Amino acid sequence: MESMAEKQPSKIHQPPEIIVLGPPLVFRTYDKEFSSRFRVLRPWESPLPLPQFLAAEAQNTQAALVSGVVQLTAAVLHHLPSVRLVVTTSAGVNHIDLVECRRRGIAVANAASIFSVDVADLAVGLLLDVLRRISAGNRFVKTGLWPKQKSYRLGFKLGGKKVGIVGLGSIGLYVAKRLEGFGCAISYSSRKEKPSVSYAFCPDIRTLAANSDILVICCALTEQTHHMINREVLLALGKEGVIVNIARGAVVDEKELVSCLQNGEIGGAGLDVFENEPSVPKELYELDNVVMSPHCAVFTEESMRDVYELMCGNLEAFFSNKPLLSLLPEE
Amino acid sequence: MEASIGVLLIRPLSAYLQQELCKRYTLFKFWQEPQHLRREFLREHSNSIRAVVANGVQGPDAEMIDALPLLEIVASHSSGLDKIDLDKCRERGIRVTYTPDALTDEVADMAILLTLATVRRICEADQYVRRSEWKNADFKLTTKFSGKAVGIIGLGRIGSAIAKRAEAFGCSIGYHSRSQKPNSRYKYYPSVIELALDSQILIVACALTHETRHIVNRDVIDALGSNGVVINIARGSHIDEAELVSALVEGRLGGAGLDVLENEPEAPTRLLGLDNVVLSPHVGASTVETRRVMADLVVQNLDAHFSGKTLLTPVI
Repeated sequence: MESMAEKQPSKIHQPPEIIVLGPPLVFRTYDKEFSSRFRVLRPWESPLPLPQFLAAEAQNTQAALVSGVVQLTAAVLHHLPSVRLVVTTSAGVNHIDLVECRRRGIAVANAASIFSVDVADLAVGLLLDVLRRISAGNRFVKTGLWPKQKSYRLGFKLGGKKVGIVGLGSIGLYVAKRLEGFGCAISYSSRKEKPSVSYAFCPDIRTLAANSDILVICCALTEQTHHMINREVLLALGKEGVIVNIARGAVVDEKELVSCLQNGEIGGAGLDVFENEPSVPKELYELDNVVMSPHCAVFTEESMRDVYELMCGNLEAFFSNKPLLSLLPEE
Repeated sequence: MEASIGVLLIRPLSAYLQQELCKRYTLFKFWQEPQHLRREFLREHSNSIRAVVANGVQGPDAEMIDALPLLEIVASHSSGLDKIDLDKCRERGIRVTYTPDALTDEVADMAILLTLATVRRICEADQYVRRSEWKNADFKLTTKFSGKAVGIIGLGRIGSAIAKRAEAFGCSIGYHSRSQKPNSRYKYYPSVIELALDSQILIVACALTHETRHIVNRDVIDALGSNGVVINIARGSHIDEAELVSALVEGRLGGAGLDVLENEPEAPTRLLGLDNVVLSPHVGASTVETRRVMADLVVQNLDAHFSGKTLLTPVI
């Protein structure tokens, strides 16, 4: 006789059921592997609109695997009455109604710091690209301009520059360590000062920008950080300042950023994220001092493998009543 | 009245350098002369020219040195000396200076940037956005840089600076050089092939000499393999370019990031169309800050020579 009121135990040969929303790239990459371990509900394959699909198929589903861009609102959660676990493939959780999850007793697990190294690497790459103009240089050579136009505009040195890191979590720390290797001086801003680090703490963002040549945005998107990088901060960064954003588009006031770039009020920008992805302000296409990437800081084979294992690990722990691997801590 | 000292500047380099040279010397601007009139130009001014300012891409060869009987000093605006006929200079007792440290950081930065750009497909990603392709689909998966095995050919100033930066990314460092460095914490490999076998990213950072021409050849490329990446911030001739192109086209090599080419500014056509290749127009040392430091060093060396003082950064 089956016991356990909390969860339906797996019947023999019956893998546990999960609903996937997105679907996230890691799911598309490891579809076969996920499908061999779980019974997967695939709303994107159905002609039904999502609410109808969920009403028809997912009433008993206990776990959801979601991508970082799916808006997991209270309305969507309403159609998932049996869900007790949400696993997101992103580090960020700004797309999840955490208040509703708490109310319903739904545990949330994320990618924690699994991607942080790859994200930090891209931040450094984008920064160096803006300063040394390699994307522009690559275009210059590949379009055959080099023999015609023998010299090329000078770039700017990275060493000795003052870097202000906004948000000193795991990504911010990896960025700091890498940039120190290039001879940069590091300061940071964060919700709270971190006594264990040697970098200079700056409580106010505008002051951090005024004292920095480079700002690297590494913080989570919350109500407090929404449009935190506004016109005032950008002007404080100044004409030769460079901003790099690998966090979330909405931490920066994108309209103001575009305007400052167009008017030469800041020196350049390296951007992996935007306010309305995949839409990117067309004005940026014209600018040589801007380097853009399509929110792909975590898209490496290694990170995909790592997040696949973490997601599976979380789901399997849940279904066998074990502690989750990357449970989001209570705020 | 003391005759003014003539200085021949081969390439423009920077407005700042020209300005500083003009303040002190009579400046002859070689690049402004049409090709076919250059011999005549040298002949005409051979009585005044006592110094030549060379650079990494063009230095006085034997012919130019012979055309300038009063030449006393060659001040190169570069770290590389492969374009200067050093033997001829020694023969004639001509002093030679260069700018060894001014560009170490910048060139090392470029090596890491080329690596990141190649391995993480940054230039391609930028193009993807600019072509509005993101609306159709997510970008592809690339390869992680941090933690990879980096092999450096040449552990001089630039090679060491590259190693330091790569270490901050958690990379393991191996190197090959003419002789093992006794105090180095990095692993020494007696041959480039052995280094390539153990590396995922191979970075060329040595001087160009007779021995190092084509130091990255077919065997080395094969040892590096289809997941390997070659980065060159030294001289185009360090790599057998024809072999490199074939290997890339045939998928026997994973990718390449090149700031220098054998026949720059010409590039092999087949290279231009490859997504796993990043090319840059020999700008490893081309930053506003470095140019200034290099120009200052050139001028200081010339000033020291013509006032009988010790040269700051002599080679000969």
